[in-house]
Amino acid sequence: MSTPTESDLPRLLRIDTHVATAADNAAVERAELPVVPRIVLHSSPISKWLDWVFRNLLLLCSLSVLGVMGIIFYELTSRSKLSIAKFGLHFFTGQTWDPVAGDFGALPFIYGTLLSSVVALLLAVPLAVGVAIFVTELCPRMLRGVISFTVELLAAIPSVIYGLWGIFVLVPILRLQVQPWLSKYGAWTGLFTGPAYGIGMLAAGIILAIMIVPIIASITREVLVAVPQSQREAVLALGATRWEMVRMAVLRNARAGIMGGIILGLGRAIGETMAVTMLIGNRPEIAKSLFAPGYTMASVIANEFSEATDDLYLSALVEIGLALLIVTVIVNACARLLVWSITRGSSVRSHA
Amino acid sequence: MPSLSKPLSPWRRITNVAFIGLSALASVLVLAPLVAIFGYLLYKGIGSINLAFLTKIPKPVGESGGGMANAIIGSVMILGLGSIFGVPLGIGAGIYLAEFGHGKLVTLVRFTADVLNGVPSIVVGIAAYTMVVLPQQHFSAFAGGVALGIMMVPTIARTTEEMLLMVPNTIREAALGLGIPQWRATLQVTLRTASKGVITGCMLAFARVAGETAPLLFTAFGNQFWNVNPNQPTAALPIQIFSYAISPFDEWHKQAWAGALILIVLIVAAVSAVRIVTSRGTMANNA
Repeated sequence: MSTPTESDLPRLLRIDTHVATAADNAAVERAELPVVPRIVLHSSPISKWLDWVFRNLLLLCSLSVLGVMGIIFYELTSRSKLSIAKFGLHFFTGQTWDPVAGDFGALPFIYGTLLSSVVALLLAVPLAVGVAIFVTELCPRMLRGVISFTVELLAAIPSVIYGLWGIFVLVPILRLQVQPWLSKYGAWTGLFTGPAYGIGMLAAGIILAIMIVPIIASITREVLVAVPQSQREAVLALGATRWEMVRMAVLRNARAGIMGGIILGLGRAIGETMAVTMLIGNRPEIAKSLFAPGYTMASVIANEFSEATDDLYLSALVEIGLALLIVTVIVNACARLLVWSITRGSSVRSHA
Repeated sequence: MPSLSKPLSPWRRITNVAFIGLSALASVLVLAPLVAIFGYLLYKGIGSINLAFLTKIPKPVGESGGGMANAIIGSVMILGLGSIFGVPLGIGAGIYLAEFGHGKLVTLVRFTADVLNGVPSIVVGIAAYTMVVLPQQHFSAFAGGVALGIMMVPTIARTTEEMLLMVPNTIREAALGLGIPQWRATLQVTLRTASKGVITGCMLAFARVAGETAPLLFTAFGNQFWNVNPNQPTAALPIQIFSYAISPFDEWHKQAWAGALILIVLIVAAVSAVRIVTSRGTMANNA
């Protein structure tokens, strides 16, 4: 028995890398080559089959994400056919919502959703961006973890608890302190007129703002962290102050991502249901004043869906749901693309 | 030699200080509602929780006493069903994205998962209603579970993917180099290495849907009585809180606060556990 020499190596390696067939073995035996112990591993058919099953099961799981999206679209479209056929585009411009007469127009709800979301964004964006800048650029290391954990907690509070707190704490404060002050000094804008119920567009906007701050803040933080350190150092080396550094190096680089975060917050505000339903007053009217009660697309579904007895009524509510779905899908798609374009490469955490 | 550094102009000094002050103020303003909500919740909730609350079912209007035991059990049941649907699908999808992840399909799935994450919960509720409740002709815990399960999938899929991507490739190669078939290598080596992160993702998804009310309103529907049959209308803590909060009765308001306290304690416990586990730097040790 001789030991393999260097000249045998290519052949030996070849044998190791390819599955030997019977013909191969016979050829080797005929050539009377030095006998080298050879081990060729075959994967058993069962394990090959299991691998195939495993891979395809996982494929099915990930396709289920697409499937769920498809099913939601399909279900909502097919169930709202009745209302789409009857009202057409007039559904989105009509102002009457009369289940008894069977006349449905969704404009008051669209208006309520838009107005409450805009109020929420106006309040939330400066605060959220401020917190994100404070946490990433300014605050001492010790505070950093504490503040971001607390902001995360804010995101973990369920909507219904925001609503509960809103009814018993926020609304009385608004009614007794904030609204009298606002109507005294801000009535000329037309936004702060009318009786101060507490409950209404303003309350809904404020509670929404509290709820979307964590989303905007966490994405902004992520985007700010993704700005290369060298940019900051370069600006600081030129003698910039902290503020100038943040303005020139950080915000300028991160603006597309921050925009993405804001749009994502908008998406959340548009679809938010429970807290708004509990605070907005649920009256399908279009009023300029923020003190007046309103109604949103999500809250009309929450309030009336299980009471909708006839098919047309149900179909009209589903159509509102469909509109809500399409708007939030567009808004979220835009936001994701913006955020991806900034944090590409670094990890994109899901914002639960 | 004259110093090269000129003193800052007063304007630049003032804007800098103002900016730092404003962003600190923003932080305080954001944290204030949190403190207010938790403080008020504790203050109101602790006073209303008693043994009856945890063991009795709701009393009719006007009678004092009673509790939310049926809603607590119902919530556990609905969340359990939701996890049964959502967790395997989410983890499976996440593994596929991370381990077999290239090409257009995977990008599309990833993107759809992120968009699905932003779909309003009430819309998911409508879909669950038309898929499960309408064919069955009655509300059920099962339908609620479907709605919550759908909402869990995208979060779990994306965190699982992320955690698996943090597992170094050498570990995969070592496993496959031993001749272990791919499915065992993935499940017993790669997934196991990332298991803490994956569990974190599941807990986050769980915490997120635990407080969801909107998708349960017309799927699980709520129930004033005991029910442990998943095929019947079932009470859930968030629904109970909602209907008590908008009721005009003081007794019910108290119960709503107690329910809210229990709900938030469950959720905060889950989120904090996650935070503690992840902050121990498990992934860093593995890398």
